[in-house]
Amino acid sequence: MILTLAVVVGVLYGAGTYLLLQRTLTRIVIGLALISHGTNVLLLLSGGRAGVAPLIGLAEEGQAYADPLPQAMALTAIVITFALMAFLLTLGYRSWVLTHDDEVEDDIEDRRIARLAEHAERDAVDPSGDIEEGLG
Amino acid sequence: MRVIIPLLVVLPLFAAGVSMALWRRLLLQQVLGVLVVATGLVLAVVVLVEVAEGGPVAVAIGGWPAPIGITLVADLLSALLLTISMATVLAVLLYAIGQPRADKRAFYFHPLYLVLTAGVALSFLTGDLFNLFVAFEIVLTASYVLITMGGDREQVRSGMTYVVINLLASTLLVTGVGLIYAATGTVSMADLAGRLGDIAPAVRNALGLLLLVAFGTKAAIFPLFFWLPDSYPTAPVTVTAVFAALLTKVGVYSIIRTQTLLFPGEGGGSSTLLLGVAAATMVVGVLGAIAQDDMKRILSFHIISQIGYMIFGLGLSTIAGLAAAILFIVHHIPVKTGLFLVTGMVETTTGTAALHSLGGLLRRTPVTAVLFLLVGLNLAGLPPFSGFIVKLALVQAGMAVGAWTVTGISLAVSALTLFSMVKIWGGVFWGSPEEEPPLESARGDGPLRPPRLMTAATAALVGVTLLIALGARPLWDLAGRAAADLVARDAYVEAVLGS
Repeated sequence: MILTLAVVVGVLYGAGTYLLLQRTLTRIVIGLALISHGTNVLLLLSGGRAGVAPLIGLAEEGQAYADPLPQAMALTAIVITFALMAFLLTLGYRSWVLTHDDEVEDDIEDRRIARLAEHAERDAVDPSGDIEEGLG
Repeated sequence: MRVIIPLLVVLPLFAAGVSMALWRRLLLQQVLGVLVVATGLVLAVVVLVEVAEGGPVAVAIGGWPAPIGITLVADLLSALLLTISMATVLAVLLYAIGQPRADKRAFYFHPLYLVLTAGVALSFLTGDLFNLFVAFEIVLTASYVLITMGGDREQVRSGMTYVVINLLASTLLVTGVGLIYAATGTVSMADLAGRLGDIAPAVRNALGLLLLVAFGTKAAIFPLFFWLPDSYPTAPVTVTAVFAALLTKVGVYSIIRTQTLLFPGEGGGSSTLLLGVAAATMVVGVLGAIAQDDMKRILSFHIISQIGYMIFGLGLSTIAGLAAAILFIVHHIPVKTGLFLVTGMVETTTGTAALHSLGGLLRRTPVTAVLFLLVGLNLAGLPPFSGFIVKLALVQAGMAVGAWTVTGISLAVSALTLFSMVKIWGGVFWGSPEEEPPLESARGDGPLRPPRLMTAATAALVGVTLLIALGARPLWDLAGRAAADLVARDAYVEAVLGS
């Protein structure tokens, strides 16, 4: 059981990381969701073996019961990621409304400065080079 | 003390709810916000005085004893940071109230701001790792909304990156917490301090590294800094100011706390990893700043390079180094915020913070120029400002252990910081603009008048930075004691677990 869950955690992290590396916003959001699901399973796993009686109700006197703390932590983490996923989806939708595009955009100011460096290089090689050409 | 420490977190959080209910009454929201944050500042000072006299104080929340229940712990480090944070938060709040138009009209600014305050207080005070994650989430959730407050294209674009990166870092943090719990069976930091020593060194190092990556992303250390200069400048300037002051510093605080309490270096030598990261962070931050043309972007890059100094102090692993790092944070919070507030004054009066459309503001608004000069030179580390004192402390601590390379780099970076400040000064306050500023009222050559409350709030914060220089000796002693407590660990552990 523990091995199965451990493999599940691994697969969720792997798939999530792959999706995170994409340029499409929807995939990034799904990737993050997968990773956080993986984390929740991992939190649950950290409490030990499954199948033990829960803390309240079913455990008889002297019988071992499941560690409630990881369950509480997983619940907290689930609530937080749920809220943030909703926010992220809203933000993604807003981005789509504004740009009609699902891709992560570059930082414009960043690109401008990167171009400055390119021009400086080109000028150093060929001082007569046309600077305006590169701006297009 | 049993009431005051939880109150620092509960009061702003409760007030945030009340503030939300008052969303139609801006004036009441403002009064409530100022009252609560001012109370927070007073409480923080009380805690600082108490802790300075009687050592760390721990409060068990919910009545469960320490390793099981949730504890809030105030030691010298957290009390110091809490006090300076509250003072800064108060100044920025007054500034935001004084700012005409923009974000003031957004009724959710005040509730979110209070949530942010509560989250910052909780992250400084919390005594267990999982709660630290929750505190981070409180801070970040408020910051996600604040940073995308305008909802325009540029903000949504950079906000998206910001949210995704921070969410990923938070997930890594929970992963780390889960693994630590699996390995040790506790998340209470005081308890972990004893138990982490018992597990295999390889596992311990892996866990320490995982936490370092998670906190490092939030603190924007090299190579995890790239999201910061992209997202911070797009937010409204009050938001950027408070982010610059607190968000990355909460990350640095967590690094300091976990590295000293949970993963102290074996043998006490300085940490090559941390020193390398510190050097790279300083250099990359300052070089990035040189290439920029916008005041907010220049300053955002400087946040990164300053984070490098703090990690440098921590990486030395000596009491002097740690003390210098702590004092550096105390100096950095108001100085950096002050710089952003001055930028906001420039932006409010002219409509831009781009160097090429600014110039000659020295004649037109001398107050802004003087305030910039006072904090700008402070950031660069010129005597007699506090920047000089903290950098001197760092350099001395670095030379004491023979970390010549990093110390040399820190001095060079300091000179480049001065270059950046001179560049802003030359671009904004001297000369004449290459193109007209966007605001109609800012054209021509007449005097510019930033709103009074904005000027007053900025001046108050600049006053705080000067006070730090004046009170350097007692502050240095306090930082030294805080650092000694961090290295010794006993007082903290004893306060939480009992002897």
